[in-house]
Amino acid sequence: MFWQMVKGAVLRQGRQLLFVALTVALGVSLATAMLNVMFDVGDKVNQELKAFGANITVTSKNASILKDIYGLDNASAPKEYLAESDIGKLKTIFWTNNIVAFSPHLAGNLKLDGGSEVAVSGTWFDHYMKLPTGEEFSTGEQYLKSWWQVEGAWPKETEPDSVLVGKTLAQKLNVKPGDSISYVKKDGTKAVFRIAGLVSGGGEEDDQIVAQLPAVQQALGLEGKIDSVNVSAMTTPENELARRAAANPKSLSLKEYEIWYCTSYVSSIAFQIEEVIANSVARPVRQIAESEGRILDKTQLLMLLITVLSLLSATMGVSNLVSANIMERSKELGLLKAIGATDRSVVILVLTEIFMAGLIGGVAGYVAGLGFAQIIGHAVFGSSIAINMLVIPILIVLLILMLLLGSLPAIRSLLGLHPAIVLHGR
Amino acid sequence: MSLLKLTDVAMVYGGRVTALEHVNLTVEKGDWLAIMGPSGSGKTTLMNIIGCMDKHTAGQVVLDGIDLNEVTKNELTQIRRDKIGMVFQQFHLIPYLTAVENLMVAQYYHSIPDRKEAMAALERVGLADRADHLPSELSGGEQQRVCIARALINYPVLILADEPTGNLDEKNEKLVMDLFRELNREGHTIITVTHSDKVGQAAKRIVIIEHGHLRDA
Repeated sequence: MFWQMVKGAVLRQGRQLLFVALTVALGVSLATAMLNVMFDVGDKVNQELKAFGANITVTSKNASILKDIYGLDNASAPKEYLAESDIGKLKTIFWTNNIVAFSPHLAGNLKLDGGSEVAVSGTWFDHYMKLPTGEEFSTGEQYLKSWWQVEGAWPKETEPDSVLVGKTLAQKLNVKPGDSISYVKKDGTKAVFRIAGLVSGGGEEDDQIVAQLPAVQQALGLEGKIDSVNVSAMTTPENELARRAAANPKSLSLKEYEIWYCTSYVSSIAFQIEEVIANSVARPVRQIAESEGRILDKTQLLMLLITVLSLLSATMGVSNLVSANIMERSKELGLLKAIGATDRSVVILVLTEIFMAGLIGGVAGYVAGLGFAQIIGHAVFGSSIAINMLVIPILIVLLILMLLLGSLPAIRSLLGLHPAIVLHGR
Repeated sequence: MSLLKLTDVAMVYGGRVTALEHVNLTVEKGDWLAIMGPSGSGKTTLMNIIGCMDKHTAGQVVLDGIDLNEVTKNELTQIRRDKIGMVFQQFHLIPYLTAVENLMVAQYYHSIPDRKEAMAALERVGLADRADHLPSELSGGEQQRVCIARALINYPVLILADEPTGNLDEKNEKLVMDLFRELNREGHTIITVTHSDKVGQAAKRIVIIEHGHLRDA
């Protein structure tokens, strides 16, 4: 009988309940879109922020200690090196898929043919590598330094003597792309760099020759060795746990350690890099990591606010519609009370009708929201938004809250509905 | 023991407007009482109190041995459900349920819906063939007979009818009054509240209410 009454009421009040369903659908669609974007925006914003370069620097342990204690920089301190052959191990850590790009560095000074000395940095520009896991991967400065302005062309690995010359240095040396620079190797033999392009990046590269790593290793007599590796990794914003772990991973309980280790915090990725590269220290580049976290936090907060506001608006809409509906049906509901229905049973009847309309609206809104999320993804990030199943239980809870809160004023008036008044006055 | 006994009952709205004062009334089982009086005399107020839809502000009302002064709001609902069958001037049927379903709703809130029993009640008022019609598909007289069947469905001790023929033509008025006569003959206790002399005269006893005071006709 109960369902017959619900069915009858739903069919008879199709229009009013359709408006309730539409209002719910609108709120849920926005919430679905925002929540899906919010959960996916971390990766999307991270990818965007990767344009700002590496967020982890890996150096040798001793070089790092000397720098920490004495403030000595690589150029002037007795050097400890990392092995170039270890670099591939970066892609064997737990968070391997989060390592977007990296490039090794070997810095030093070279004597030019004319007698002057210049700073030189050896690196990969676009280096193809086969990983220990069998995967293939291309990485280097071209993937990391998207803000570098190169006049001419990027050096190619097939031309080992091709280099970029910093714009400031090029002016001093009066050279341009296509020119050659002669230099003296550590063993006293002479060699030539061919200038593929001039580089301007606003950093130390403006005063350097940025050459291919093997050429610099040969010139400095340091075959197979590197100073550091710059790593660009997609990370999760740091929180209290990550900060404590970064200070001392041993201070965490086993459970906290597991959570930290299995979350892509910059500190846990750095920790895992240290585990695979012997004698290394991996340090987050704090400024970048923190900026990423802040931008991400703000973007997610904005999404959350839009979700809350859209659901609040929908709740108010539902509240108005349900209240009007109850007023319109006061005689019918008063009659139910007159023939013996308790307040509770009348409230359950009305809530069932509202929840049925809400369920239909919720499903429709969810489907529409997935569409909105894709539109937002393509318009803002130029790619699809991943559908997150976690959104569904969140939406169910929010939908129930929205319908209950929206029905609250109507339920109050329903409880105050006096059959003697609505049926024939006092 | 009387089925209904009102002793010195008063009803004052908002502490200022007196609708009933010093009302004393006794109704025995099997009685048929008509309460008559002009508009605003307090008829509806009295009916609401007897029908357990409102609570008096002073005096004592005892229905089927239960002192209504002693019951809570929920208990009052339960008493209304178990002991009173109501017939309204405006019929008040649920518009989206058929005639038989309207009866089953009253059963549902009382105990368990039983279609067979509901059909028997409709047959009793001569509407078995209209069981699956919506109220909008029934005439005024038919709607009122469905309303009477609904009032009977849970075997109440008292049938309370508020202007039961107020919205009916002469032919349907006769049909409904015949039905009441038959019910009373079978032993049902009936109280009708009416303006109509014709309806009043059909009752075994008439009381007049004027300015909130009750007197025998």
